[in-house]
Amino acid sequence: MTTELFIQYLMAGITYGSIYAIVAIGFNIIYNTTGIINFAQGEFVMFGGMIAITLLQFMSLPLAIASSVVITMLIGALIEICFIRWLKSPSVLRMIIITIGISILSREVAVHIWGESIRSLPYFVGNEISSVGVLGARVSPQVFWVVAASAIMVVCLGIFFKTTSVGREMRACASNRKAATLCGINTRNMVTLSFVLSAGIGALAGCVMSPITYSQYDMGTGLAIKGFTVAILGGLGSSGGAVAAGLLLGILEAFSVSVVPLAFQDAISIAILLTILFVRPQGLFGSKEAAGLSEF
Amino acid sequence: MKKFASKLLMAVVAVSLCAAPAFAENIKIGAILAVTGGASFLGGPEARSLEMMVEEINAKGGINGDKIELIIKDSAASPEKAISFAKQLIEEDKVLAIIGPSTSGETMKIKNICQQAKTPLISCGAAEVIVNPVASYVFKTPQKDSFAVKKIYMEMNKLGISKIAVLAGNTGFGKAGKGQLLKIAPEFGIEVVEVEVYDKKSNDLSAVVAKIKANKDVQAVINWSIVPAQAIVPKNMRQAGWDVPLFQSHGFGNIKYVEAAGAAAEGIIFPAGRLLIADSLADDNPQKALLMAYKKNYESKFNEPASTFGGHGYDAITILAAAIAEGGNDRDKVRTAIENLKNFAGTGGVFSFSAEDHNGLDIDAFQMMTVKDGKFVAYTGK
Repeated sequence: MTTELFIQYLMAGITYGSIYAIVAIGFNIIYNTTGIINFAQGEFVMFGGMIAITLLQFMSLPLAIASSVVITMLIGALIEICFIRWLKSPSVLRMIIITIGISILSREVAVHIWGESIRSLPYFVGNEISSVGVLGARVSPQVFWVVAASAIMVVCLGIFFKTTSVGREMRACASNRKAATLCGINTRNMVTLSFVLSAGIGALAGCVMSPITYSQYDMGTGLAIKGFTVAILGGLGSSGGAVAAGLLLGILEAFSVSVVPLAFQDAISIAILLTILFVRPQGLFGSKEAAGLSEF
Repeated sequence: MKKFASKLLMAVVAVSLCAAPAFAENIKIGAILAVTGGASFLGGPEARSLEMMVEEINAKGGINGDKIELIIKDSAASPEKAISFAKQLIEEDKVLAIIGPSTSGETMKIKNICQQAKTPLISCGAAEVIVNPVASYVFKTPQKDSFAVKKIYMEMNKLGISKIAVLAGNTGFGKAGKGQLLKIAPEFGIEVVEVEVYDKKSNDLSAVVAKIKANKDVQAVINWSIVPAQAIVPKNMRQAGWDVPLFQSHGFGNIKYVEAAGAAAEGIIFPAGRLLIADSLADDNPQKALLMAYKKNYESKFNEPASTFGGHGYDAITILAAAIAEGGNDRDKVRTAIENLKNFAGTGGVFSFSAEDHNGLDIDAFQMMTVKDGKFVAYTGK
């Protein structure tokens, strides 16, 4: 394999990987505060892209993206308040089924609003054919936007959870919900906040990836499966783990193309998911004790 | 006497039953189309074209005074739904004929049902198997896949291209196209050196583009898929700085996909019906007048660009209308009338049906086109 080809695969892998990582981080935030997997996470990504595309007709690109993120956050809050908040100590299974329902509902709403056609935001810099040379390989400038957006989000989230009081309260919920309640933390508000945060992250991801991958009403399902694989692979709840696992899966997928036919690309990620679930259910980077304590 | 009276009464009833429909009968036509779901880019324009044409026919007083009643069923591209709708239309609604389904897969599931029920079916699916072998009641309006493939290979021969890479989506359309491409290539002295199939939901194909680009023998790429990969492959190729000719299937015939691919769509070569370049056709072209009229009416009514797919629906309903004008509200006579239709200009080409040919189009129904400045234009070679 030539260096050029190697770099080309690597960059493709980093692009997929960053996208998977952001979706996985969205899973993790909600998992940390509620102990459930929100299967509607992919739909937040879809809403982010679609709303920004619609708003672009009325405003500039940065403003459209910002508004889209805010609107999607509101949708996240609304979903939590309508479907999750009023439940009294619901079982994990029940909550998961609710999120699957929300995911289907969101897709139906999207298809009625935007129809079936594929849409996309314009490239932030350049256009569909512009590319940047990296060690002999050529990649779209948008790839750097995706990678940068992912990196910035991970860093900001880290700071938010470590240094702000709200962030610390959310982490308290994550480690022990009862104890957090006894300390006077409103855990219900923390759950709403976690939906808002992960909706915002998903929406931003939906915007930066839209020029590369396009936005379509049913894009969420595929993303959710990949994001879930990455979240499990990295250890549920761990943001750093999600980034590492996301890049690992993305790069594996990209390089797999050179060995097996492309059609098996998805089979590889599913095979990894199954292997991890059997061999190391706490994930590559999760600790066994933490996994033992969680309800799910 | 009493017996005679009751017989008379029966006769009167029978006559009136037979005669009544002759005054103002509604001719029921069923349509099974993928208005929603993964194939809605086909079914949507088809359903809208049917509604538009039926409205137009009825506004002119119907066919020989009979109004058409159109019953559209949305199959969402599901073969199971297509089967149950076909049975429902034939047995409960007792339609004269069925238009659709939008996809080849669905059509093959109901081909035998319609044949056995002796109900004419005019499919909007492209695959050749729909009319080969011929089922006497089954017709189709889109041009055959194999013609599209041959047209592309003829163009490659002209350009001196002999080694190619084939990319295809894992949909029914992609698989059928790939099969035809591989089968027909040797006839034209073309060697397929790379073949890749990708998932229809793929959203970035730069890795596979890098792989086939690494094969220095490849002189051109054929990408056979439906949205969104039709726009993703060109983008990833051009981003990789690879400028070999890219050929796509006739499924590219919607200006929306050109918009989706943006600058990367420039120079893509593909075969399609002449609807896309109606404005630039010569005035004596038999299709020109109807293409312009269809395009204008469709675009002003639905506020979206006309596509060749909607044209398949238009062709189906106009062929059926012509056959009904000839055969009336009778399944057998309508079937025969379609078979006897000759030199009938439609959007997909000029149809000449026969007992052996239930598609009625020849290879000239396709025209090679390319994209220039974001618009479709006829391809005239290098």
